[in-house]
Amino acid sequence: MKYVYNKFMIGIWLLLIIGLFVFGMGVVEAAGDPNGSNTYSDSIEGLKISINVVWTLIAAFLVFSMQSGFAFLGGFLRQKNMLNYLAHCFIDSTLGACVFYFFGFAVMFGGAKTYSGLDVGWSGLGWDGFMLLGDAYDVKTVMFWLFQMVFATKTVTIIAGAVAERMKFVPYVIYSCLMCGIIYPLYGHWVWGGGWLSTLPIGNGVVDFAGCAVVHTVGGIMALMGAWAVGPRKGKYNPDGSPNAIPGHNMTYVVVGCFILAFGWFGFNAGSTVAGTDLRISIIATNTFLAAAAGAAIMLFFTWKRQGFVDVSFVCNGALAGLVAITAPCAYVPPWSAIVIGVLAGLIMRGTVSLVEVKLKIDDPLGAVAVHGANGMWGMLAVGLFADGTYGINGLILGNGEQLLAQFIGTIVAFAYALAFGGAVFFGLKGTIGLRSSALEEEEGLDIAYHGTSCYPVEEGLFGAVGEQVIDVQAEKEQLSLLEEAISKDRTREKIYSEKLGRWVYGKAK
Amino acid sequence: MKKIEAIIRPEKFNIVRDALTELGYPGMTVTEVKGHGSQKGISEVWRGRRYRVDLLSKIKLEIVVKEEDVDKIVDTISTEAQTGSIGDGKIFVLNVENVYRIRTKEKDNTAI
Ligand SMILES: Nc1ncnc2c1ncn2[C@@H]1O[C@H](COP(=O)(O)OP(=O)(O)OP(=O)(O)O)[C@@H](O)[C@H]1O
Ligand SMILES: [Mg+2]
Repeated sequence: MKYVYNKFMIGIWLLLIIGLFVFGMGVVEAAGDPNGSNTYSDSIEGLKISINVVWTLIAAFLVFSMQSGFAFLGGFLRQKNMLNYLAHCFIDSTLGACVFYFFGFAVMFGGAKTYSGLDVGWSGLGWDGFMLLGDAYDVKTVMFWLFQMVFATKTVTIIAGAVAERMKFVPYVIYSCLMCGIIYPLYGHWVWGGGWLSTLPIGNGVVDFAGCAVVHTVGGIMALMGAWAVGPRKGKYNPDGSPNAIPGHNMTYVVVGCFILAFGWFGFNAGSTVAGTDLRISIIATNTFLAAAAGAAIMLFFTWKRQGFVDVSFVCNGALAGLVAITAPCAYVPPWSAIVIGVLAGLIMRGTVSLVEVKLKIDDPLGAVAVHGANGMWGMLAVGLFADGTYGINGLILGNGEQLLAQFIGTIVAFAYALAFGGAVFFGLKGTIGLRSSALEEEEGLDIAYHGTSCYPVEEGLFGAVGEQVIDVQAEKEQLSLLEEAISKDRTREKIYSEKLGRWVYGKAK
Repeated sequence: MKKIEAIIRPEKFNIVRDALTELGYPGMTVTEVKGHGSQKGISEVWRGRRYRVDLLSKIKLEIVVKEEDVDKIVDTISTEAQTGSIGDGKIFVLNVENVYRIRTKEKDNTAI
């Protein structure tokens, strides 16, 4: 709080606001159609436009609601880190949105020429529509901005689950800004903003209806790099490398979160027509749901067979895997393919969880890599396999392999892109300001350490005195650093094999 | 027979338990408790305002053992749980009159 009130910060805020104001005055002359009077007319054409705008806005609101779904997935985490995870979700959808407004949107859609004010841009990079000024101050362009903004902020949050419970706060904020400002928009420009992947002269170019590559592959692989760079949570791996289960704190949240995400996904996919007059939306919404249902159903039987009981956490992840995988193909495939895509998505998710956890030894608490990364790639390829020609794309089931090749290129590029950017950002931050919380912060929980309070504060009755009190902050700090040192030494102790526990433990030299 | 009642930092619980397992012990009861020692708590922040938390979370271990095992268990707990910072906790050792195992109705030393 003290930073908000201090005079220096007030100066900065004032400057920023005055700057925006002056800048805005200069360009207010050149506007698109800010009140819609030129866009709308009392004809059938005008009504069509209204339907499209209303549809897209409703879809954007639905996609926005997915953020609460993500927030609820924090049930997979331990209670002591929940507030920190929620803070990440909130930063992504607020600060991230501002960054996307100032910068990201122009990089992504400059040169797309789909709406007013998005004229300047090249096949590698867009450069128009900054701050929705000038010609971009237009009802349709702004509608499109809102829809795209919620996509961008969702992508950023994918990583929050993978680095949860152990990452310092400042590097997360930096990552969040970079992701919304440049990493997500740049690849997005290549596929959605008229960039080189979309104009690839193979098949119809790279096709990604609602973002299997743009959102999920990029998000999931960035998550892989983030989780790798920050390292596993304390206690995730035994000294001999075998993984331990770290149970979450609330499965109700997880299930509710899944329902909310699935609900929002209707907007994510069907809204990507950006047109309510495009009646394909009914097929898209149905495909979306079927893939989720199939992904969950396969995990129901799979875990039942393999583990002897129905593992609800995997059933939920199966549904999410199906949703991710159908994101690109939803518009181009028939409903039966949605089922096939969903079933395979569930299995791919399960396989990737083992791969990441056991083979790569990367700790991904929410399974972001398995759900988003692996299935984003599978969904991209599924377009090339199952597109049945009824919505303009011909896949392998029509004997046309070209689209599959285009999809393959798009996927590989997304994978390499995210690997490179993820590596640069996370290892770069690790090498400079550091990524990892201290051992003590991690032990007592990031909620108290970074946010000053627990996510679930204790009942009132237990507090002796609530209110401002004189505290010797200096003495408290000294004691804290002593504790910090002692706790961080715990992990560097001698490793002893315990016959009784059947595993390696950290022992104290006798 | 003695009962060892150790109040330790939650951060140290896993490491203490690993060490005790290595050493061997008959059984234990673990409770999450709240309390304070001589400093009477620490400060936390709620919506920008510092306040004093009188009661801190601790873990209480209760282990009932034969008289001759008391020393090594107390020693293990106190070496493992020590950080040198205030609030490391305390160990109390109490006399226990009788122990019964409910399943077999065994008594005292054989029932521990
Ligand atoms: N005399 C006591 N009777 C009962 N419980 C106690 C007593 N002293 C400490 N405890 C328990 O042990 C916990 C830890 O105490 P603590 O280590 O802070 O003791 P201390 O005397 O203040 O020592 P230090 O100076 O190392 O902090 C307390 O939260 C409380 O639950
Ligand atoms: Mg004390």
